Amino acid sequence: MENILAQAKKVAEEAEVFLVSAEETTVQFEANRLKHIQTKQSTHLALRIVKEGRLGYATTTEPGDTHSLVDNAAETAQFGMRAKFELPSPTTYPHIDIFDPAVESSSIGKMSQLGEELIALITEHTPDIICEAMVAKEIISLRIINSRGGQASYRKGIFSLGIMGSLIRGTDMLFVGEIQSSGHPLTQPREVARVVLKQLELAKNQASVPTKQLPVIFTPRGVASALIPSLMIAFNGKTVLEGASPIGNRLGQPVFDPKLWLWDDPTVAYRPHSRPCDDEGIPSQRTTLIEQGKVANFLYDLQTAALAGTNSTGNGSRGGGLPTPSPTTLIIAPGKTTFDEMVSDIKEGLVIEQLMGAEQGNILGGDFSGNVLLGYKVESGKIVGRVKNTMVSGNVYQVLKEVTAIGSQAEWVGGVVNTPPLYCPRLPVASK
Amino acid sequence: MTDIQAVGRQLAEAIKGYSADYIEARLEESQKSHITYRGRELESVGQSTAVGGNIRALVKGGWGFVSFNRLSDLPGRIELAVKQAMLVGREESKLAPVEPIVDIVSPEIDKNPLAIPLSEKKQLLDEYNDIIWRTPKLQTSVIGYADSHKKTIFLNSSGSYIQQERADITLRLSAVAAEDGEVQQVGLSLGSRGNFSSIRGLHQPVEEMARHAVELLSAPQVKGREYTVVLDPVLAGVFVHEAFGHLSESDFVYENDRLRQIMVLGKKFGSRELNIVDSAALPGLRGSYKYDDEGVPATKTYLIREGKLVGRLHSRETAAKMNEAPTGNARAINYHFPPIVRMTNTYIEPGSASFDEIIADIKEGVYAKNWFGGTTSMEMFTFSAGEAYMIRNGKLAEALRPVVLTGNVFTTLNNIDAIGNDLEMNQGGGCGKGGQMPLPVSNGSPHIRIRQCLVGGR
Repeated sequence: MENILAQAKKVAEEAEVFLVSAEETTVQFEANRLKHIQTKQSTHLALRIVKEGRLGYATTTEPGDTHSLVDNAAETAQFGMRAKFELPSPTTYPHIDIFDPAVESSSIGKMSQLGEELIALITEHTPDIICEAMVAKEIISLRIINSRGGQASYRKGIFSLGIMGSLIRGTDMLFVGEIQSSGHPLTQPREVARVVLKQLELAKNQASVPTKQLPVIFTPRGVASALIPSLMIAFNGKTVLEGASPIGNRLGQPVFDPKLWLWDDPTVAYRPHSRPCDDEGIPSQRTTLIEQGKVANFLYDLQTAALAGTNSTGNGSRGGGLPTPSPTTLIIAPGKTTFDEMVSDIKEGLVIEQLMGAEQGNILGGDFSGNVLLGYKVESGKIVGRVKNTMVSGNVYQVLKEVTAIGSQAEWVGGVVNTPPLYCPRLPVASK
Repeated sequence: MTDIQAVGRQLAEAIKGYSADYIEARLEESQKSHITYRGRELESVGQSTAVGGNIRALVKGGWGFVSFNRLSDLPGRIELAVKQAMLVGREESKLAPVEPIVDIVSPEIDKNPLAIPLSEKKQLLDEYNDIIWRTPKLQTSVIGYADSHKKTIFLNSSGSYIQQERADITLRLSAVAAEDGEVQQVGLSLGSRGNFSSIRGLHQPVEEMARHAVELLSAPQVKGREYTVVLDPVLAGVFVHEAFGHLSESDFVYENDRLRQIMVLGKKFGSRELNIVDSAALPGLRGSYKYDDEGVPATKTYLIREGKLVGRLHSRETAAKMNEAPTGNARAINYHFPPIVRMTNTYIEPGSASFDEIIADIKEGVYAKNWFGGTTSMEMFTFSAGEAYMIRNGKLAEALRPVVLTGNVFTTLNNIDAIGNDLEMNQGGGCGKGGQMPLPVSNGSPHIRIRQCLVGGR
């Protein structure tokens, strides 16, 4: 890496070398039995340079091939955006617990056993269900060095345990599932099974809803599938900078229900997206996005922050390309109402666990519209069964402007979103 | 860059002599470039190179898979794949027989988009961005261009050795209009199997796209309920992919007895006019190839013929387990992943109706155009239109906000009651499955009319 940096400094004013290596092992089950074991090794090296004031960028999987990497970066710098930021100088980083050696030492035998136990818990409850399960461990090593002497590195372990079950009766198909991720090995298949078994129980009977406005409870998984995608775009500093975020000029103003708090936090110990610094070497921090319903902050990387005249929030992330602002772990603060209290408050309504296709509409404007892949009808304060062939539409800003209640119990969804259930007074529902 | 041909020759020797039922290896070298614009400015331009490979082993029905960028210690990686397969295998290995093939597929060098200078690509994108920005009330634009060229070597323990090359181009443009806190966007997605000239000359569609985004600011949202819906060829292509294509991928079916009963060959799904095909053997499309990633020759497969289920897409394993012929549909997005059953170029064959005939007797309906997205859970699926219009008394009427449509595979195909004569293939799509996304595919259809289609709305 030092050699690449030295070569790059010969052709450019500034340079940064980013290296990420990953080792991943996955045990996969198909049709209720062990089917596949995979091991993946990968190396990704990215060179970012500032040459004559412009950004150049190239990546390779072969760190030894310095010459063509530097050439490729220099060629792109002819056309690149003007760099408005300075790469970080040496700095101190917060200590964040993200590496548990027990993840790395989890054996394939133990992982297979976990998957088998998980499937057994589900098939004991519903013998004719067919499950796919996965148990995975991943060790990620990351290092960044730059021409201002800045350097950062960390190692992270992520362990995941997930299952998807399909239950087919006639031409009726029910899909249930849950995936959990952590920086510690997940050793309790019961905790994953509990979510799936509850879905199976609630979906035992079928029910239908009329086409009209109905009160809706989004479960934590429902919040993540229907509402979070729009918010992620709206709070992205880049969307704000372009003037395309509906809340971009509402900083400090009440836009959401005053009960609502949302923040981005890469510093929570042992979460999959936690880290001491972002992918540009900026120290991690917790950033409040919604405070008592008011827009509090947006998420920035170095370049976007410089263009917007503010500071990076440490949200520069790379998905193979140049860094761009991305959320890490999103957390919605719990409220005071239990899920059961919400249900018992509803005369006729809907509980949404999974909305399919919600992110396909105009999510930039906050619109969502999707098929209720997993959801339940509420009648006179009780869940009576699963609904099908039902569409729910709405707008995130209208939905979150007036929330009837926020749930008292938050749950992790996929290890990266932590949210309680949200109870909304009315949404348009269309059904067959 | 490392010479993968030399590594391939070593590997062909090295995979001999292991106690596995089957071993295969894939090696890949690729170059990519991308240019993105957000707003008026070019945001990112980059170039990348990658080399990698994988080994897959089958022992007693269990699979082991090892992927890597470091091409050192190949014997160790083969051993690991075999060991993992042994840990899994408890049954009998079944793979549909395929003759060993040795073939160096000649490259289409004139179509390598990486050979075109970045400045030429940038100039074209600048022209498109200027057109978008000339539109009043336009808030911002996003343009993403990407191209790639890839050389792959496949070899297996039965003696196959296949070298193939492919180039790919995608271009996605979107225009965002805003007024009084309302934000609307319209997009255009294009793709090509490496032919850069196919994305030239789009000035008029780009201008229409930008104008339409502004029009949507004052467009009403449809009322959510059932409508008679007419889909344009682009959206109907997404529809056939989501509504039926995924259900015909037999890795969902082969070990699920109940699904096998539902998906029994001969079952009626639609009218006698309905024919659905998947074919990687069509030349020059984004889903086209000569051999799939298990070294099986591409085929043209009828999935539905005259309304009845007549075929499905297979890997060697699913074909063997269902006692059907392999179709050459095992694909991997890159060397990080094992091949799984995927679609290639999927389309509804043309019928006889003209567009005017299709809408003539619709009193109140929705005309949905252009692609925004789509997803399926097998039984139920959703797909969303980039543009939508009301149809009133047999004529196109006011523009609507983009709509999301949903259906049920067991009823919606049966509700198709008119199929147009104007088949078009759309190359702008990318398909996601099992974490492998976006895989180059193409979809196509003529205009189709669906009765009683559920549309989400206010």
